[in-house]
Amino acid sequence: MPLTVLVFLPAFAGLLGLLLPANRAHYARWVALAGSLLALALSIVLFFDFETGGGFQFVDRAAWIDVGVFDIQYFLAVDGLSLPLVVLTTFLTTAAVLVSFSIEHRPRAYFACLMVLSTAVLGVFTAMDFLLFFLFWELELFPMYLLISVWGSGRREYSAMKFVLYTVTGSAFMLVAILALAFSAGTFDMQVLGESSISSAVLPLRWVFLFLFIGFAVKLPIVPLHTWLPDAHSDAPTAVSVMLAGVLLKMGGYAIIRTCVTILPDQANDYGIWLAAIGAISVLYGAFVTFRQTDVKRLIAYSSVSHMGLVLLGIGALGTTAMVGAAYQMLAHGLITGMLFVVIGLMYERTHTREIGKLGGLARQMPLIATGLVFAGFASVGLPALAGFIAEVTVFLGAFQKHEWAVIMAIFGVVLSAGYILWTLQRVVFGPVRHEWDEVDDQKHWWEHASVVGLAALVILLGVYPSLIMDMLDPAIGVVSARVAG
Amino acid sequence: MSELDIVGPQLAILLAAGAVLVWDALLPTRRQYLPYIALAGILGAAIWTSTWVIRGDFQTAFDGTFAIDQYAVFFQYVFAGITAIVVIASIDWVNRVGRRQSEYYALVLTASAGLMFLAGARDLITIFLALELSSIPQYILAGWGKDQRSSEAGMKYLLLGAIASALLLYGMALLYGFAGSTLLTDISAAIADSGAGNRSLLIVASVLLIAGFGFKMAVVPFQMWVPDVYQGAPTPVAAFLSVGSKAAAFAVVMRLFFEGLGEQFLSNDWAMIFAVIAAVSMTLGNVFAIVQRDIKRMLGYSSIAQAGNFMIGLAAISIAGEHFVQGASGVLLFVAAYAFTNLGAFIAVIGISQKIGSDDIADYAGMWKRAPLLALALAFCLISLAGIPPTVGFWAKLYVFNAGIHADLAWLVIIGVLNSVVSAYYYLAVVRQMFMGEAEDEQKLAISPTVALALGVATIGVIVFGIIPTPLVDAAREAAAIFAAS
Repeated sequence: MPLTVLVFLPAFAGLLGLLLPANRAHYARWVALAGSLLALALSIVLFFDFETGGGFQFVDRAAWIDVGVFDIQYFLAVDGLSLPLVVLTTFLTTAAVLVSFSIEHRPRAYFACLMVLSTAVLGVFTAMDFLLFFLFWELELFPMYLLISVWGSGRREYSAMKFVLYTVTGSAFMLVAILALAFSAGTFDMQVLGESSISSAVLPLRWVFLFLFIGFAVKLPIVPLHTWLPDAHSDAPTAVSVMLAGVLLKMGGYAIIRTCVTILPDQANDYGIWLAAIGAISVLYGAFVTFRQTDVKRLIAYSSVSHMGLVLLGIGALGTTAMVGAAYQMLAHGLITGMLFVVIGLMYERTHTREIGKLGGLARQMPLIATGLVFAGFASVGLPALAGFIAEVTVFLGAFQKHEWAVIMAIFGVVLSAGYILWTLQRVVFGPVRHEWDEVDDQKHWWEHASVVGLAALVILLGVYPSLIMDMLDPAIGVVSARVAG
Repeated sequence: MSELDIVGPQLAILLAAGAVLVWDALLPTRRQYLPYIALAGILGAAIWTSTWVIRGDFQTAFDGTFAIDQYAVFFQYVFAGITAIVVIASIDWVNRVGRRQSEYYALVLTASAGLMFLAGARDLITIFLALELSSIPQYILAGWGKDQRSSEAGMKYLLLGAIASALLLYGMALLYGFAGSTLLTDISAAIADSGAGNRSLLIVASVLLIAGFGFKMAVVPFQMWVPDVYQGAPTPVAAFLSVGSKAAAFAVVMRLFFEGLGEQFLSNDWAMIFAVIAAVSMTLGNVFAIVQRDIKRMLGYSSIAQAGNFMIGLAAISIAGEHFVQGASGVLLFVAAYAFTNLGAFIAVIGISQKIGSDDIADYAGMWKRAPLLALALAFCLISLAGIPPTVGFWAKLYVFNAGIHADLAWLVIIGVLNSVVSAYYYLAVVRQMFMGEAEDEQKLAISPTVALALGVATIGVIVFGIIPTPLVDAAREAAAIFAAS
């Protein structure tokens, strides 16, 4: 029961806000905040109630559609891999609500979309029936499309449609793979699928693996399927960028571990080297392209491609350490990039530009925001004692033996990333002061900084006390890597 | 008497058709009751059909040429539902046109009786007569409008329909010449006796039959009439054509090919023909639908693509056993789902185009503000046509795709899912236009209560069966099971 409540609580709050009368529309933000805080509290309770190493827990299971060969369950559960991601989602949802607290344009519909988005992502992380998983995966499209195309900026309709078409094409392949798998195994139950060994299907199993991978890789995203991401980011409102970079991309990484690797370990063994190679290429390519960006949001978007490449590299190594590192990188990247987008959003609200060339010397005029930007930037670079460092080191340690050259490429990419982040910080935060920003108000509302502080605290916590999460990830990933090892 | 009992539903409808005409002649001032007489006839047919379900005593009549079984019952319900919704949705339009009201209802009812005969026909002659009984009124109805476009539509439909009937008859003649009987069971026995020796003759006959019915199903390459007729015919008639005759053609093709031509050596051949037609129809229908500016033409092309989707199910049923039931029941489920959905979409178009006097998709901009419920209902129907959850269209597609996977038609399923992506683009483009577009004219539209009722029924069906598909799937499976038994 608790998981069902947790998953649907955000959507419930969002739809509740929709019922507010027009003259009370701005109360929608409070309803959304209450809903997201409740969900956050509940997820934290679950986090501490979770019995580490105890497999799937908080199971909610009911028969849903059972006709002939079609046996679809309503089945939610979390394990050590998904629970941290669930907490990340509730946390970033709260941050996203706070970031958009001052929204004026159709606030009821806005918060409804945002909260339904949160429910969809929570559903993806907790669904253990493959078809239910697919439904949640698709559910995420609608609010996301609306959020970008209604509340976005620039070429918002183009970007929103591009996002949808990329994702839907990926899910088309995914659906074929899901049906093929379910047919050969006789079930949609991901737990059963993850424990049985499937030796043949109506499609060659390597196709099934590939189709699933395409569906998830679009979301991750990998080079060359990444081009929707910069567009979506640059045209999305701040809170949506936070959700997109923070949790939506993680759906891809999570799903690859949960399904591709767990259900088809033999194929994962065969293609691990390709995953690692694609990951390393994404790291490098993302880093190079980042250098050319002049828009801060696009810059962060490309750096996300680079950082998510590390996730794929870690998964491609298939060992426990590397995959734990990959999962940790997802969490760290979610928090750090979320924070970057929040801070950039605050900056944009005040300066109305994201062009690096037009910014400069902000440390003087908006010291608080500049501090946040510098902190998040350093975290993104992988400064020790912050979350990103732990993740990167774990991935490299785990993957080095297996894919030496890929790790070397990726390390080079990480060095590049340090370069571009520091360079950007230097141009935006320091440098000559520009007087057009003299009048801006650094500290307008408490809620703007609440999310920054909260995110920074978690980044530090994960940087100095990694075993809080590692202990939880380790047994869950251990099961997966044991399957791969045979 | 017992034989009249078996065709009771059809008789009830034909009686209502007569009653409508007589009423109009005797009480010309009370024309407003005409639709209620028609509805009473349909209700009578539905009730009569239900007594068959309650009695559970399924049998054949007229020397085996006509059967009442679960399959026929399923389709009789579908046709009763379609006709009722069409009648309700027509009321407003018929009143506005003014002339020949009773004839309109009488023709719709006659066509409907023909469709119901098709559902149970097990003999070539019966099939042909029932087909003509349903077609001739439809030719007249297509030309019902007073403008040149409608006349052109009627003429085109008639001429091409005549050619199709000729092809069909030729195919039937070949079968009769081969088997010496028009009964499907006799034909099946004759084929089984003769073995594979006469395969080429039978394939020619199959191709001719497919060509004849392909016209009614509106699949490529027999689709040329569709966009012109849908655009030219009065919208309620187009709605009727798009679901009624299509569903009936699938109903009869399935029975004809299974009961008559189901022998394994033959079924592999025609299944391949169906598979190719399915692939081509989906692809061409969708590609042409994208570029349409007129919503009725768009729906016309989309109905070609949808017929391609049904046909995946037909192609998948050449394989015996449990998978066979899957393919057949997939077609049935799809037919029922499509009936609700496409009717809903057409009725929404009726409601909107009556008020704004245009079928141009561009004029649907901002419909969300002008007629919120209508826009929402149309959006749901379009989403269902695109096969996106939580609508009945999703389950229909999923089920048919699943059947395709089981029948080793992965290539076809991949084409199918990719086509779903393409179709989502143009369906959602209309949704986007309605919800995001800026209306030139912000005036609210008043929707007539009858249109609202018909649309409400269809849309509630789309959503309710989208969340709880089990009853519909079960009904489809039961209906399809009669083939497995024989």
